[in-house]
Amino acid sequence: MSEVSVTKNAEGPAPAGDQLVVLDNVNKHFGALHVLQDIDLTIKRGEVVVVIGPSGSGKSTLCRTINRLETIDSGSITIDGKPLPQEGRELARLRADVGMVFQSFNLFAHKTVLENVMLGQTKVRKTDKAAAAKKARGLLDRVGVGTQADKYPAQLSGGQQQRVAIARALAMDPKVMLFDEPTSALDPEMINEVLDVMQQLAREGMTMVVVTHEMGFARSAANRVVFMADGRIIEEAEPNQFFNNPRSDRAKDFLSKILHH
Amino acid sequence: MNVLLDYLPEFRDGFLGTLAITGSSALLALVLGVLIAGFRVSPIPPLRAFGTAWVTLLRNTPLTLLFLVAVFVVPQILVPGASPFVLATLALGFYTSSFVCEAVRSGINTVPLGQAEAARSIGMTFSQTLRLVVLPQATRTVLPPMSSIFIALTKNSAIAGAFSVTDLFGHSKLLSDKGYAIGWIFLWIALAYLVITFSISALFRVLERRMGVAR
Repeated sequence: MSEVSVTKNAEGPAPAGDQLVVLDNVNKHFGALHVLQDIDLTIKRGEVVVVIGPSGSGKSTLCRTINRLETIDSGSITIDGKPLPQEGRELARLRADVGMVFQSFNLFAHKTVLENVMLGQTKVRKTDKAAAAKKARGLLDRVGVGTQADKYPAQLSGGQQQRVAIARALAMDPKVMLFDEPTSALDPEMINEVLDVMQQLAREGMTMVVVTHEMGFARSAANRVVFMADGRIIEEAEPNQFFNNPRSDRAKDFLSKILHH
Repeated sequence: MNVLLDYLPEFRDGFLGTLAITGSSALLALVLGVLIAGFRVSPIPPLRAFGTAWVTLLRNTPLTLLFLVAVFVVPQILVPGASPFVLATLALGFYTSSFVCEAVRSGINTVPLGQAEAARSIGMTFSQTLRLVVLPQATRTVLPPMSSIFIALTKNSAIAGAFSVTDLFGHSKLLSDKGYAIGWIFLWIALAYLVITFSISALFRVLERRMGVAR
């Protein structure tokens, strides 16, 4: 895979068009819990950023703020130069450009697999039915569930459902894909089929933010690893450096707990 | 026995009248109820407040009082010259819409939050999310209470008979005034209501069975 070296401390004025997602001094509370603390994060076009950290560290919340499924208390988030608007039509338009894959798949239970992948195209993008179906079938083939097109989600395995969910997000031609622990609800033998699809996406140059516990994926697919704990970004580094030579004690502690068994 | 045969046309008119007033107000209640339920779960605070006020006001007012307002106040200030049928439809439809709204809202609450989040994530607006993803999945849960609500509506429609709408109950009064035995009149009237309410039950049973298969 391409060696996209991410010089994260490039202080120089990077070309604005290159920065796809920018979080600037983002803060969020859940009641008394300060779940996101002064988060600064910039994701460039084509970059794959993997967010890891212990549970409760705020990484899922971070992921969900990017398409405003969670609101923030202060700071700003911009996507492709546009600040996230308030809830409404404009936000809906922006969300169409941001693909989201959930831990619990969330396929539309009353629609077939094919309809799941068509719905956004026909209702949001206003693509005509035939073109939407053609594209949906192509995407389903690409993620390896083409033969399941006419089944309902409940008839599929977890791994298949998650791949359909990825196809559903891709059908909108998103600028960036958010993955919120996409493999955490899967049986072990199904994790790889989902990771393979994600690897392939990463190779094709999709901009991705991936919250995961899959360290193998982080090592092989990420351009950059973001380590979070207690609502803060503790460390950002290129994967090799992070896994072999973490700077912070918190990261060392975390890695020692998960890498040896 | 005699009453029914002697006054078959009256019984028929009454039956059709009850059917008409029930049908029209059920339609109005369904449309308004779903709309107001949408208001009550909307992200826009004024709409939510309006929905809550609507339900609180209409659900807690005695239906007879609503009829009095509809028949005597509404023509004075809003729609002069409206027929008793239209006014009764408004009273029954508005009243029942508050119950429909709450049944629909409870159905909406049974649909997992993730469904709405997924819909919003692919760029659907609030109303698209509700129409295309949430409500279709809520329907199955909403059917049983809805059947009860429409049966109650059928029986509530008798009040319209007291406000000069042609219906079963109105005709029963007419006939008993003519001196027929009240017991027989009530028996036939009750049977006529049962025909309607049993039909509603049957209709909803069919709908439930069909929805059960679709998933």
